[in-house]
Amino acid sequence: MGGPEIERLIALLSRLPGYGPRSARRAALTLLRQPQTRLLPLADAMEQAARSVRSCSTCGNLDSRDPCSICADPGRDRSIVCVVEGVGDLWALERAGVHRGLYHVLGGTLSPLGGTGPDDLSTRPLLVRLEEGGVREVILALGATVEGATTTHWLADRLSGFPVTVSRVGQGVPMGGALDVLDDGTLAAALLARRS
Amino acid sequence: MEWEAPAIVLAASSYGEGGAVAHVLTEHHGAFRGLVRGGGARANLATWQAGNLVTAHWSARLPDQLGTLRAELVHPSAARLLSAPLPLALLSSACALADTALPEREPHPAVFGELLRLLTLLSLEVGEGERSGPAAYLRWEATLLTDLGYGMDLSACAVSGATQGLSHVSPRTGRAVSPEGAGPWRDRLLRLPPLFLDPALAGDASDWRDGLLLTGHFLSRDVFGQRHRPVPAARERLFEMVDRLAANG
Repeated sequence: MGGPEIERLIALLSRLPGYGPRSARRAALTLLRQPQTRLLPLADAMEQAARSVRSCSTCGNLDSRDPCSICADPGRDRSIVCVVEGVGDLWALERAGVHRGLYHVLGGTLSPLGGTGPDDLSTRPLLVRLEEGGVREVILALGATVEGATTTHWLADRLSGFPVTVSRVGQGVPMGGALDVLDDGTLAAALLARRS
Repeated sequence: MEWEAPAIVLAASSYGEGGAVAHVLTEHHGAFRGLVRGGGARANLATWQAGNLVTAHWSARLPDQLGTLRAELVHPSAARLLSAPLPLALLSSACALADTALPEREPHPAVFGELLRLLTLLSLEVGEGERSGPAAYLRWEATLLTDLGYGMDLSACAVSGATQGLSHVSPRTGRAVSPEGAGPWRDRLLRLPPLFLDPALAGDASDWRDGLLLTGHFLSRDVFGQRHRPVPAARERLFEMVDRLAANG
């Protein structure tokens, strides 16, 4: 169509989430039409990110600094650690701006089907952080799925030997959610988790 | 080719960006896989949780194709158990075993019926599920073994023929043995908890651990060992949990 360079660009773009061959062709065309203002800055940003972004050795977040900007922030409450499944969950909580403590990225959930076992999760660094002291609460913010809940119970059990409060995120009716449009599972979880 | 039937979701794994491949168990069609369009979407994730009872609709152009699955949620077992560790571990283990042990598209109505009863017991009243769920789970595992052709013979003592007071099972033959018949071989036999002989008994944590060791031996040797595969990790975690309960009294 337009040479192997363009084909390669389209093939690489089409592997990104939300992209297929058709949308990758459109994106490639947009980039190639304005190389100076779009393609080269994008290529530069991607190269810089590839060179500098690493996993934080403390929490597992992605950042160009190690420890990451959250772990290095002196304004954070270091006594509360929120455990999340992935970096996307960490970013979601940061967007909400409700958690002022630190994080720990687990890197997945226990999944027999996906072949993820206890050894595949980043639990050892979390236990080391707790052994070092200074943490008084661990919030387990994993998904409301069978795998997420199984991991939550398993992790809560592993943490039971530490002098920390282990809490879990609530489950139930989402903001703006009318009861009549909620699925049965969410309604059941909301009723079972009711409080006075 | 198509069918519509009540089904239990055994597993679902993401396929592509928005799809999923789901594995369900039905009474008359057995374990069936199918592509779920949009199954990976946030709105559909709740439906495709393991242990949920759904009305499933499978269709394909040819019978040997993967086909597509659609489902309407009937009973959200999983959502009711998310905060109950032991019933959730029982649900996860049962679904993982059925997912990996049952042959595809081969009806096993007894396994389906017992699994449905187990999930109902676990999810309708969590407290009751914690008390009598493990015994019901163990009886379901015994049904699974029987249906797969590796059932235990608990009708009479293999040595004396006695039908009362059976206390052990031979790990080689799967036949029950009475204390008198066990004799000096007692330590080499598997303990048979009374809950396998009397459906009214719920047993305690020690019985559950012995029961899991008993059925686990035959699952490991006959069902999974024949295929050179390990017993699912969910079942191993269930055993660890029950073992801790038994150790703590």
